[in-house]
Amino acid sequence: MRACLWLGVVCGALLASSAVAADGIVVGSKIFTEGYVLGELAAQTIEASKPPVPVIRKLGMGSTGILFASLHSGAIDVYPDYTGTLAEAILKTPQFRSIAAIHSALLKMGIVISEPLGFSNTYALAVREDFAQQNGLHTISDLARVHASIRAGFSYEFMDRQDGYAGLAERYRLQFDPAHVNRMEHSLTYQAIDQRAVDVIDVYSTDAKVRKFNLRVLEDNLGYFPSYQAVWVARAAFVERYPAQWRALRQWEGRIDQTTMQTLNAEVDLDKRSVAQVAAQLRGSRVETPTLAAQIGRRTLEHLWLVGLSLAFSVFVGVPLGILAVRHRLTGQIILTFSAVTQTIPSLALLCFLIPVFGVGAKPALAALCLYSLLPVVLNTFTGIRSIDPRHLENARAFGLTPRQVLLRIVLPLASPSLLTGIRTATIVSIGTATLAALVGAGGYGVPIVSGLSLNDVPTILTGAIPAAVMALLAHAGFDLLGKILIPAGLQSA
Amino acid sequence: MLALEHISKTFSGKLVLCDVSLTVPTGATHALIGSSGSGKTTLLRIALRLIGLDHGTVKINDQPLAVFGPEAWADQMGYVPQEGGLFPHLTGRQNVTLIARLRGWTAQRIQTRLTELQQLVAIESSVLQRYPHQMSGGQKQRVAIMRAVMLDPAVMLLDEPMAALDPLIRSTLQQELKAIFHRLGKTVLIVTHDLGEAVFLAERVTLLSDGKVVQTGTYRDLVLTPADTFVTSFIKAQRILPDASSLQ
Repeated sequence: MRACLWLGVVCGALLASSAVAADGIVVGSKIFTEGYVLGELAAQTIEASKPPVPVIRKLGMGSTGILFASLHSGAIDVYPDYTGTLAEAILKTPQFRSIAAIHSALLKMGIVISEPLGFSNTYALAVREDFAQQNGLHTISDLARVHASIRAGFSYEFMDRQDGYAGLAERYRLQFDPAHVNRMEHSLTYQAIDQRAVDVIDVYSTDAKVRKFNLRVLEDNLGYFPSYQAVWVARAAFVERYPAQWRALRQWEGRIDQTTMQTLNAEVDLDKRSVAQVAAQLRGSRVETPTLAAQIGRRTLEHLWLVGLSLAFSVFVGVPLGILAVRHRLTGQIILTFSAVTQTIPSLALLCFLIPVFGVGAKPALAALCLYSLLPVVLNTFTGIRSIDPRHLENARAFGLTPRQVLLRIVLPLASPSLLTGIRTATIVSIGTATLAALVGAGGYGVPIVSGLSLNDVPTILTGAIPAAVMALLAHAGFDLLGKILIPAGLQSA
Repeated sequence: MLALEHISKTFSGKLVLCDVSLTVPTGATHALIGSSGSGKTTLLRIALRLIGLDHGTVKINDQPLAVFGPEAWADQMGYVPQEGGLFPHLTGRQNVTLIARLRGWTAQRIQTRLTELQQLVAIESSVLQRYPHQMSGGQKQRVAIMRAVMLDPAVMLLDEPMAALDPLIRSTLQQELKAIFHRLGKTVLIVTHDLGEAVFLAERVTLLSDGKVVQTGTYRDLVLTPADTFVTSFIKAQRILPDASSLQ
C-alpha cells in the first residue's frame, strides 16, 4: 500500500514535467545590459523578417566561453560579440586586429561574423570623479602614482584575459597590491566603487553606469586595449539555412554608433525600461510586454519542470544507488565519493563543463541539477538503511521474507524518515540551484534574477527571487505533509 | 519433533559448535541453556536457517532442512526473537498478520486465526491496534508469541524471551507462557541463560558450554547425576534467596 503511494508520488512528479522543445532560430547573448539589448535586437529583427521563423531567446547566458561553446555546438545560432573578444578569448591570437583576419580564422571553425555594427565597446578603467580629482588622475599612466594603495574591483573576465589586467599592469608598469585586487561579478563592481569599497574598476566604454555613478574613464594613453567592435557572430550553417534572416541582421552593420549604444544602455540601466522596448524603439516599432503574472506563471512552469525532473531522477537513481551502496561496500564507497565530489564542484563550473556535452538550454541545467540532487538522496538512503537495527533484518529473514519483501516491507519503511529528508533536501537545493539554470538558457526563476542582477534592477530580481523562495517554502510544507502520509505512524512518534 | 543432529560450525577457523545433538519430541518443551559465548545463539540461528552449518542435520518431524524451501522452513518455525523483536513501523496486528498476508491468506481466515490467538494469549484487541513503542514489555511478548504461532508452525523457537522484562512481569509471563505451551501442545525450544526459567518451563534441559553439549536431562538428572563439575558449578551459580527461617 505504502509502496504504491511512493510510486504514485514519483510518477506524479514525472508527469508534472512535460517536455519542452521547439524548432527555430536560437539567439543568445552575454550577461550584461548591452548583450541583452543587442540580443533582443537580433531576436526582434529576425522575428520581423520574411519568411517568418520562430525565435528562441537565450539571453543572458553567461560569458564568452559559454556563448561561443554553445554556438560551436549548435545550441545557439547567433549572438552579438566583439572583435577583440573573439581574437583574444576564442582565437587566442590577440594580434588579430582586422575584421578580415578574424573572419577567415573563424570560418575554419564553421563560424561567420558580420561587419561591425558601428560602435566599439572597449575595456576601460574608471575611478570615482572625486578620487580622480584628489589624485589628479586623467590617464591610466597616472595610476602609477597611487598603485601601491589603490583598491581595485575587477571582473572575472578582465582578470583572466590576456588583454585584461595582467597585460595592462605590465604595459603601464602598474604594481597593485595583490591583496587589494578584488575579483567580482562585473555588475557588482559599480556598487562597490559607489560605496567606496574599491577605487578603480574595469568598465565597458558604452556602459551607461559610468555616467550614473559619476565615474571618470581614464584615457588609455598607451593604446593598450584592442578595439572591441560589435559584430553578429553566427554559425555558418545558420547563415546558409536562413539567408534572409542573416541579411536582415546585417542591415544593422555600421548603423549603431557609440552614442546610440550608450543611450540604449542608459535607457535600460537608468530609466528602467525593458530591453524589449528599447530594442523595439531602435527598430522603430513597439512591443507588447507580457504581464508580470504571465511572466511569473511561465517561469514557474519552467522552474517546476527543472526541479520536478531532476527530483524524479534523484529518486529513481539515488534510492537504488543508496541501496546498492549498503549492499556492496566498495561500490558504496565509489558511489558516495562520486556524489560527494560532484557536490563540491561550483554550480557555474559544472554548467560550463556540461555545455560541450549537452549544449545549452534545459539539458545541461537538468544534468547539473540531477547531479546536485543525487548526494542528499543517496546519502540519506544509505544512512537511513544503515541505521536500521540489524536484528529487524535478521528477524525478517527468519520469518521467511524474501529479500524483495525484506526491502519493501521492512527496509524502505524503516528508512523512510531519512529517505524523505534526503528527498526534501534535494528538492530545496534544486529549487535554489535551478535559478542558475537561466545562465545556460534553461529559463525558470533565474531569468529575472540573472537579468536583474546584470541590469542592476532590484524589482526585476525580486520577481524571480520571491517566487523561488515561496516555492521552497511550499516544498518544505509539502514534505511535512508527505511525511505524515508516507512515514509509518509507528516511526513518527517514536 | 525437532532434531538437531551432530552439528558443527566454525567461524573463521574457530570452532563454535562441536558435534551438538539435541532432540525435542513432539509436544515437549526443551530448554537450551548456557552462558554467553556458549554457542546457543549460533545453534538457534542454524535452526532458523539464518546461517549454514559445516556438519550435521536439522530435522522437523524427520524431514531434513534441505527438503524445505526457505519460506516453507520459516513457516514451520514459530520464532520469538529477543524482546519480542516486533517491527516498529507495524501495529501489533500488522506484525502478527504480516506473513499470513504475504502468504495470501484471506481476510476472513486471518481474522479467525487472530481471534483464536487473542484468546490464547489473553490480549485485548485495542492492544493490537498499538505500535510496539506504545506497548508494555509483557504486551510485546504476547504479540510476538501470536506472530510466531500465526501460521501454526510445527516448532516454536524462543530466544531469551524474558531477558528484558522486570522480575514481577517475568514471573507472571513465565506462568502464562507455560500455560500457552500447554494449550498449544507445540514442540518448543527455548533458549535462555536463566536456569530457573529453564527448569520452570521445560521438561528437559541441554547445557551448552564452549560449543559442546555438557549434559542433557531433567533438572533432577543435572542435580543428582551431574556430567561434570561444570554442571554443578552452573547450578550453584544461581542465586537462591535465603529461606524465611534463616532470617529469624
